[in-house]
Amino acid sequence: MTGRPAFSRVASADRTARNRYRRGRRLASGIAGAALGVVLLIWTLLPVYNMVLIALDDEGDEFTGSLLPQDPSFGSFRAVWTQDHWYLEHFWHQFGNSIFVGIATMVLTVVIGSLASFAIGRMQLRRGQLIGDAALLTYMLPTAILIIPFVHVMHVYGLSDSLWAVIAAYVAFATPYAVLILHQYGKLLPMEFDECARIDGASPIQIYLRIYLPLMTPALVAVGVYALLLAWNDYLYQFMLLSSTRNMTVAAAIDQFFDSDEAPWNYMMAVALVYCLPPIAIYFSLRRFTAFDRVHS
Amino acid sequence: MSSAQPVLPLHMPAGRARPRGRFHLQGSETAWAIAFVVPYAAVFVAFVAYPVVFGLWMGSRPALYALLFSDPRYIDTLVNTLLFVCIGVNLKMFLAFLISGFFMQQHWWVRALLIVFLLPWALPAVSVFLSIHYMLVSQWGLLDTLWTVVTGADGPLFLVSRGMATAANILAYIWKWLPFWTLIFLSARMAIPKEIYEAAAIDGATGIPQTVHVTFPLMANVYLVATLLSTLWTLGDFSTVHFVSSGAPARTTDVLATYGFRQAFSFGHPELGTAAMISALPLAIPVVVLLMRRLHKTGVQL
Repeated sequence: MTGRPAFSRVASADRTARNRYRRGRRLASGIAGAALGVVLLIWTLLPVYNMVLIALDDEGDEFTGSLLPQDPSFGSFRAVWTQDHWYLEHFWHQFGNSIFVGIATMVLTVVIGSLASFAIGRMQLRRGQLIGDAALLTYMLPTAILIIPFVHVMHVYGLSDSLWAVIAAYVAFATPYAVLILHQYGKLLPMEFDECARIDGASPIQIYLRIYLPLMTPALVAVGVYALLLAWNDYLYQFMLLSSTRNMTVAAAIDQFFDSDEAPWNYMMAVALVYCLPPIAIYFSLRRFTAFDRVHS
Repeated sequence: MSSAQPVLPLHMPAGRARPRGRFHLQGSETAWAIAFVVPYAAVFVAFVAYPVVFGLWMGSRPALYALLFSDPRYIDTLVNTLLFVCIGVNLKMFLAFLISGFFMQQHWWVRALLIVFLLPWALPAVSVFLSIHYMLVSQWGLLDTLWTVVTGADGPLFLVSRGMATAANILAYIWKWLPFWTLIFLSARMAIPKEIYEAAAIDGATGIPQTVHVTFPLMANVYLVATLLSTLWTLGDFSTVHFVSSGAPARTTDVLATYGFRQAFSFGHPELGTAAMISALPLAIPVVVLLMRRLHKTGVQL
């Protein structure tokens, strides 16, 4: 009889200790998680904050070396807006060129990629496998390695200093991904749709336009955004293939004075920030269409 | 550019099975199907196959390679490329694996942080790498100021030592591409059924043992494919080194892509530049073969 209270006392002491241990562990892991979160936040935002800091400085060459903008001024953004500096002379024209390259790449990639994936996936073209393998190999290719022969080949084609040379490059590098993704996604659509339409006398082009494209819309959006961002975010091909100021894109023009001593850093960073805005807008507006929604669904 | 690429849905289960009864295309339909493939084939031949063949032809003289290997800068470049690819890719993948675990938490602030964390992926490389370059070179830059705030001393000159400049390149590279691969691993983690974790927890596997013995084996395939793919893309990475260290100090931190570029366009020797790029093939081809085999064996099929 005397043993029982003692036993339960031991047990409850044991339980309290265990609870305290568990609570301590949860607290420790919570603190560790928060610390990791802070580190990740600083790590991610540091270069972006640096851009803002320099762009807000009125004089591009003199920095006070402080963590907060001293005497912040929107002068450099105003200069970008009004093109009020020798470095910014053609900025909005070049911005237009960037948009043109991006949109043309997007449209051509979606059209060419969807036609090819329709033929090999839905129409089951014999030896369609070859197209798939070519696409996979191109997809793996580190494209910067191809730049030297590419410049020569564009010269042969008479496309030197032409926006179409850049567009051709990006379409060539984006369509493989389009073909692979669209093929994969197309497998989820029942073949019976196509067969019914065939029985009703629809031609392949009608099936493509009326059945395939509407059902594939989410995948087409993903592929289109991918192509657009590829064209927007690449630097090397625009830098190498475009030489005249009027034909340059923002990416090609942004670092013209990269290594010069008089590099107007505040203007460069203002341009860099403005150039970041479209992808950020796309990123926030289309998150649900891309891989992101797989994560949070 | 290769760098901007999202990855195939590596972990996606194969599409819903459908009867594979191959119905025969009738004459006119075959013509249509071929017509549909022609644009893609034309783009591939004109803008991928032809440049590749032209490049191989440009770099086909053996004398070029003798010239390359006699250049001490080239040997440095090879070493840098290996360091950049091996350390950069593996460190990035390992961190991405760990951080994707952190983002599995459902707190609101973790979700909000994820949105911010993914930003570098969307930002143009030229913008952010210019910014990072400036942080490194400027005596009054943000990094220097932070250094002074934390340690009280003047910050180091990053782009003066080869080791520091290489490390800066690798870190900048990780900064840009970590978010994307974290997202890939995060969606791979989410594809693992909860029941497996519950069963593992009953058997006493929680925390680190669970990660090592349950999560990692289930993600090994995605991890391997991602690493191989990223190795290929990183082998041709140009923008990082071009902007962040821009070869400094004294062209000792070049990688093959920037070295070849300079040979071709600054020194007017395109054949030598192409040869430098081609010299990456012995490393790239085994990776391609391995990757093709993996992709054919698992998820992605055509």
